[in-house]
Amino acid sequence: MKKQRLFELDEALGFALLAAVIFVLFPAILDDFRLNLFGKYLTYAFVAVGLVLCWGAGGILSLGQGVFFGLGGYCMAMFLKLEASTPENTAIQSTPGIPDFMDWNQITALPIWWQPFHSLGFTILAILAVPAIFAFILGTAMFRRRVGGVYFAIITQAVAAIMTILVIGQQGYTGGVNGITDLRTLLGWDIRPDSAKVTLYFVNGILLFACLFVAQAVRKSKAGRILIAMRTAEDRVRFSGYDVASFKVFVFCLGAAFASIGGAMFTLQVGFMSPTLVGIVPSIEMVIFCAVGGRMSLLGAVYGALLVNWAKTTFSESFPELWLLGLGGLFIAVVMAFPNGLAGLYQDFVRPHLGFLHRERARAPAADQSPAE
Amino acid sequence: MSDNKKTPANPLKSGPNRRAVLAGGAALTASLFTPKFLRAQDFPTAAVNTTGLAVTDDTVTIGILHSITGTMAISETGSVQAEKLAIEQINAQGGILGRKIEFIQEDGASDWPTFAEKARKLLVNDKVASVMGCWTSASRKAVLPVFEQNNGMLYYPTFYEGLEQSPNVIYTGQEATQQIIAGLDWVNRTKGAKSFYLLGSDYIWPRTSNKIARKHIENFMEGCEVVGEEYYPLGHTQFNSVINKIRLKKPDVIYAIVVGGSNVAFYKQLKAAGIDMTKEAPLLLTISVTEDEIRGIGGENIEGAYACMKYFQSLKNENNRAFVAAFKEMWGDDMVIGDVTQAAYLGPWLWKAAVEKAGSFDVDKVREASPGIELPTAPEGYVKIHENHHLWSKTRVGRAQADGQYEVVYETEDLVEPNPFPEGYQ
Repeated sequence: MKKQRLFELDEALGFALLAAVIFVLFPAILDDFRLNLFGKYLTYAFVAVGLVLCWGAGGILSLGQGVFFGLGGYCMAMFLKLEASTPENTAIQSTPGIPDFMDWNQITALPIWWQPFHSLGFTILAILAVPAIFAFILGTAMFRRRVGGVYFAIITQAVAAIMTILVIGQQGYTGGVNGITDLRTLLGWDIRPDSAKVTLYFVNGILLFACLFVAQAVRKSKAGRILIAMRTAEDRVRFSGYDVASFKVFVFCLGAAFASIGGAMFTLQVGFMSPTLVGIVPSIEMVIFCAVGGRMSLLGAVYGALLVNWAKTTFSESFPELWLLGLGGLFIAVVMAFPNGLAGLYQDFVRPHLGFLHRERARAPAADQSPAE
Repeated sequence: MSDNKKTPANPLKSGPNRRAVLAGGAALTASLFTPKFLRAQDFPTAAVNTTGLAVTDDTVTIGILHSITGTMAISETGSVQAEKLAIEQINAQGGILGRKIEFIQEDGASDWPTFAEKARKLLVNDKVASVMGCWTSASRKAVLPVFEQNNGMLYYPTFYEGLEQSPNVIYTGQEATQQIIAGLDWVNRTKGAKSFYLLGSDYIWPRTSNKIARKHIENFMEGCEVVGEEYYPLGHTQFNSVINKIRLKKPDVIYAIVVGGSNVAFYKQLKAAGIDMTKEAPLLLTISVTEDEIRGIGGENIEGAYACMKYFQSLKNENNRAFVAAFKEMWGDDMVIGDVTQAAYLGPWLWKAAVEKAGSFDVDKVREASPGIELPTAPEGYVKIHENHHLWSKTRVGRAQADGQYEVVYETEDLVEPNPFPEGYQ
């Protein structure tokens, strides 16, 4: 089989277009406040991209991606909180030098497992490794037992619920319902002013593209094609001698790591982390971003996350009393009219008119016949 | 000042501005009839607004930021209604420094990041002069850095755990010591209560409050003891095990800080377990059930319980009668008014008083003017802003009636000093 190219011509153009939108268009037309909001929306795009791999490509519907988003967010928040909790800043507490919420909960010394988060290097490692390891354990436990489909979705949802209860219940160590708030600096660099938010927006964009490239590479690799084969006929792949569970675990871990990076960037840009981003509702919302964008399309997922969150903000600013109905209407409309989301729209209505972009495909049709790619 | 053309000293304007003259004329006419009106032209916009807030020659814009969707909507709606009522009344009296208050309402959606986003929007985009908002501690903690960074002013209505004193917040509800200590002393003095069973929902406010209660019971109340302390997750609905423990320990007082929907289950199960609160053995004292919550619990299920807070709808004074009547006229006869709703109503009035004292909408000047502001027209009686941005207010104990109202059985003689960082209770 001929080795696949990383990008077809129209995919490359799609990436370039998204890059132009994120790095040129938004900064040009949005003021600092809106740009920061779009930065926040883009952190959800990390999760949506991970979901495209897991759900769109691998057929694994996870309703617990908020857990991984939260793990990344909390790791980053712990580092920032420790930096903000200098003995000078916290002189008013009964135990200066520990995060304020610990003091409120009568904890008098920093717990051992918080200690390593004094180091940024460890924190970054933790952001990538902790959710991946957690996903590995979870994935191995379930996929080895051939738990899949609806059952997997339900279990991930239960994990999200457990995670929320755990975070809220252990408030002395996690900040409870309030979350970890009042984050100030990253290695002495103040993350609160508008200029810092603009910088973070670009860092966020670059990381998103890094994830998109990784995701694209995975999809075009042999593993990616096996994933798609699994989605369609898992047993046949298994009978062909492939270790189905390993592929699933791999893609689930990758999706978890993406979500975690998104969570860390969320904490940096929004300035706090709270359990409302970990539980069932945000996890399902993240699936909706992916569904609206089109669960088969990496780029569609980014646009989906942007569109849904932008609509959420706009509706709620214009109609504070009715905005949820508007948002619900949007979801219903999208699912009824375009079951493949924004990407499906592109496939059905735009792409046929762009035939000149994939002349080459016409010459080698066998290379890419998978549905809705 | 009589010369209209000279006064609107807005540098952007050149030549006579028809609207300003008209507005000035209207204000002048009004001032002939009610001389106490402050006229806008006596306070040129350029002078009362040096920091670019949303203040024009005849309006000033403020923000309202509460959850009107999601789980907190049921609690926060009352606050929104009270704030709108206060704004309407202030406008009917001629506004603030001759300017009508306009408001931009945003929905926090019971979601803390959304609160932070909307707070930023109100301060950065809309340049509102102040914000009336938030309800839960979590939402306040989420918006606090936003207010401090953008130098906004938040009027926060809920009774809360204390341990906070921001230059950018005026706390119009009670902090924990104000609400707790007087109630415990009262129950000990008049009911002879010696043993207490503390329980609550599991988050910062009940935990901190119970910590203060425990310290007070153990260190400051002779011969009194805490016989149990338990917490349940928010939304918990199975209280049978704790009810059994209570029956076993036979405390004199159940001290309950259960919040939200859990209340309904808790009081119904207490009643079903045969604990009749009207018999006061044990007596139930709560700091978390206002008239709003009783609507959900049902008056017959909580009859006989005591609540300790600063305001009850049944307060008998002229201010409160007028307030209750106006509230019901605006929002309907079936409305009830709880402690937080009244505290929310104070927000716009306290801000008005501070702005007029400062002669400016600038946040720094309003902050400086705030300590010492008195409000003799408050429905709860009389309040005054302390140096620490909390209110001096009386603490009252009410006994729940079957009709869902509280009968006030005790009120402190003097205003209780707010003390958000209580020594000896940490």
